[in-house]
Amino acid sequence: MKAGPPFRLGLILLLAPIVLWLSLLVILPHIDMLLISLRVRVAPRVYETSLANYVEFFTEPLYWNTFARTAIMSVTATAMTLLIAFPVSYYIAKMLRGRTKNLLFLLCLVPFWVSELVRTFGWMILLRETGIVSNLLQWAGLTAGPVEMLYNDAAIMIGLVYTSLLFMVVPLVTTLDSLDDSLIEAGYDLGGNGFAVMRTIVVPHAMPGIASGCIVVFMLTLGNYLTPILLGGKDSLWFTDQIYTQFITRFNWELGSAFGFLLLVLSSIIVWIGLRLSGQTLSESVK
Amino acid sequence: MVSGAPANDVDLECRRLVKRFGGLAAVDDVSFTIAEGSFFSILGPSGCGKTTLLRMIAGFQYPDEGDILIKGRSIVSVPPNRRPVNMVFQHLALFPMMNVAENIAYGLKRRGTPRSEIAPKVQAVLERVGLPDSGPMRVDRLSGGQKQRIAIARCLVLDPALLLLDEPLGALDLKLRERLKVELKELQSQVGTTFAYITHDQSEALVMSDHVAVMNEGRFVQVGTPQELYFDPQTAFVAGFVGDSNRWTGRVEDADTTGVKVVTADDLSLLGAPAGAGGLARGDRVEIFVRPESIILGHDATRLGAVDNRVRGRVENILFDGANSRVMVRDGASGHEIMVTLPQTGEFAALSRGQEVHLGWTLAQAKCFPAGDDAARAGAA
Amino acid sequence: MIPSIPQPRAFRVTYAAYVALFFVYLMAPLAVAAAFAFNDSMFPSLPWNGFTLDWFVGDAEPRLGVFHDGALTESIGISAFVAFWVTVLAVGVGLSNAFLFERQTFPFRNLLYMLMLAPLVVPGVILGISILVFSNSIINGIDNAVGVEIDALRPGLALVVLGQFAFITTITTLVISARLRKFDLSLEEAALNLGATRMVAVWTVTIPYLKPALIGAGIVAFLMSFENFNTTLMLVGSDAPLTITMYDRLREGSTPALNAVSLMLMVVSGALALLSVFVQRNRGGR
Repeated sequence: MKAGPPFRLGLILLLAPIVLWLSLLVILPHIDMLLISLRVRVAPRVYETSLANYVEFFTEPLYWNTFARTAIMSVTATAMTLLIAFPVSYYIAKMLRGRTKNLLFLLCLVPFWVSELVRTFGWMILLRETGIVSNLLQWAGLTAGPVEMLYNDAAIMIGLVYTSLLFMVVPLVTTLDSLDDSLIEAGYDLGGNGFAVMRTIVVPHAMPGIASGCIVVFMLTLGNYLTPILLGGKDSLWFTDQIYTQFITRFNWELGSAFGFLLLVLSSIIVWIGLRLSGQTLSESVK
Repeated sequence: MVSGAPANDVDLECRRLVKRFGGLAAVDDVSFTIAEGSFFSILGPSGCGKTTLLRMIAGFQYPDEGDILIKGRSIVSVPPNRRPVNMVFQHLALFPMMNVAENIAYGLKRRGTPRSEIAPKVQAVLERVGLPDSGPMRVDRLSGGQKQRIAIARCLVLDPALLLLDEPLGALDLKLRERLKVELKELQSQVGTTFAYITHDQSEALVMSDHVAVMNEGRFVQVGTPQELYFDPQTAFVAGFVGDSNRWTGRVEDADTTGVKVVTADDLSLLGAPAGAGGLARGDRVEIFVRPESIILGHDATRLGAVDNRVRGRVENILFDGANSRVMVRDGASGHEIMVTLPQTGEFAALSRGQEVHLGWTLAQAKCFPAGDDAARAGAA
Repeated sequence: MIPSIPQPRAFRVTYAAYVALFFVYLMAPLAVAAAFAFNDSMFPSLPWNGFTLDWFVGDAEPRLGVFHDGALTESIGISAFVAFWVTVLAVGVGLSNAFLFERQTFPFRNLLYMLMLAPLVVPGVILGISILVFSNSIINGIDNAVGVEIDALRPGLALVVLGQFAFITTITTLVISARLRKFDLSLEEAALNLGATRMVAVWTVTIPYLKPALIGAGIVAFLMSFENFNTTLMLVGSDAPLTITMYDRLREGSTPALNAVSLMLMVVSGALALLSVFVQRNRGGR
């Protein structure tokens, strides 16, 4: 099947689309972005190669504060997603059986099929001053007047965690599902209490799922744009918003490209570290 | 022998075929012919090169050397889809997205057979394989045996010069396999198409074939009728691979025209007949094969009659299996375990473990082959 | 902590309550976004003023329903147009890639596979700007060289299609490859053996076998394109797809017509999701 000269032609025909796709839409654009980030405009239509854009990033506190804030918030959101999703995943994987289990698992996937815009819109209706939560609090007599719950870090966090849950629950349920019940029983049988069994048996077993879930969630959160902007408002100080501002509002493509490249590097480094720590490959994690 | 058949009656001829993978020859200088209308089997252990050979005939592998002729015409440069041979694949390869009739019509459509002719042809072949009503059925609704017949029907409808079968019974359970062996043989004699069948199961090959080629390490070791292979093996490999045998290794003590005297590794002295090509001389290392059914069993030595080899031993185990029952006897002198067919005469119905018995066999039934015969040949190649 | 190990009642109740709360959290935003499509009020917020279908069928300002809101219906059409082309391109190239990675051996195969996965790792915003920057460079380059301006590469629908295609193709490739990997090569050999040419064998045997994966990949590609925002935002021109229009309205504050669109989106994606589950479950069948 594989040998014979005519199929080399087949190979070329099959290679052509992927080479065109990857080179024209992925590789060359990123190289071009890197080159543009390394130049400054000295006069109209006259450019010089320079590191000025990167220097500006490090000398202007707003920029690298936003950068650091985005990274820290992303790490926090990842940790919170893990903390919230783990008990639920464990419940689905280990406490439930049969149809209920499949149903609840499918229910966890529902938000994925709905546009991020719609999900965020839902949160805006819930959290705004005239929203459901505010009304509920007033009705319960917990607050005297309407409360604005949008446009703060907590709102951003709620939205980010919400968007990320699916990508945490799926790998966690998959790995927890593969843990044999008898291992947990043996843990108890040998005198462990609930906490000890969790720490010494369940968590180590679920580690690959935890790692790949965290990597994907972090990556998506860092590159998120919609949720921080809509739920955090004008002062969300999210780095992708800085990139948008440089490109579209200020038309400073050189600085914007530098920002884009920095975000890409940060994202890649964290993903790489995560893969190294968990001993996984990229192809396993994206599945 | 097949090779003696006149040229116009020959369906397939392979001339000095060689196929190498890396430096290793999977098929090593194989030549043979298959007579028209016969059932020809290629029998060999897994990895002996039989699948490669079949795939070269089908056109999925290109031979490094040699020629393949069908009805006297070379087909080596003909692509697989234009060869007048069809193949029943190991796992049948019925198309799961088509029903039975569509599966059978597939080849006719590729040939551009007019629509109006396809349906009657499909129906005719379905009747021929005994499944006239299965046309609209889904393939995955068929039983293992039915799938088998549909896979054959899909080829037969194209009226091939030669039908290749790649261990099609391998994936089935034992009972079904036993039945299909018989069915397949009957089907072949009915339709008269030439079958080339490969298998690692010696029983399949012996039951169904007109001629069998035993293949080992890329070469044909012996080609012959099932009877020739069973009763007159030409090498130690064939003797060991076809049918069950008791086997000893030893050294020739004395040789004359009537036979050889061999002393085995466990100091048993046996008389045997040299078999295969080339004679035996004093000091040669040999392997001796004795079929369990050629050993005479007796309660005392006098009942054995005129035999050249006599052994006294104790019953170690009785393996009762109806007509195939065997007794394992431990030779008192050498400690060698000997397998003997248990006669169904009732004389030995009361045989029990530990009982003393006498065994005997004639010189002609102990076949002596030069030891390491096949290994030496493979090494020289 | 599995059913076979007894736990205090208080613990079990608390645990179940937590999981229930989780699902409330999961469903709440979707539920309210859908429910307020029927609120007889100018704003998607409380108080509840009763049930109305105005936000779907209302035909005059200020109660303009989705079906009569020209800007919204037009942007739905634009989104469908973009999604159609992205689906066709991504499934086509995905199919080619699947055959490449599953059937061919060639140097740097693993490197190419890693590169093929890369678009999943690149944030959508950055993928968008990199394509924006590169297309601009091409326009300038050609302009300088031969004095022709290629307007098709200015921000607009062509760029949006290309930008979405750039990362959705990775997903279609993975889906189709997974199915092709399970294909029994002897089926194709059987077709050749029965007289089919290589192309006919692939067309009559392999492609029908891949059909569930092709449909599944197509549905996923269509939905991901329809709902994409980040990459689209950077590449969009004057014709705004639905997500962009909705985003602009959201920032301005909008009528419950937006909820009506959201509900329709949910229904359509839900139906497509069910369809893809159904197609995948029936795989191998006719």
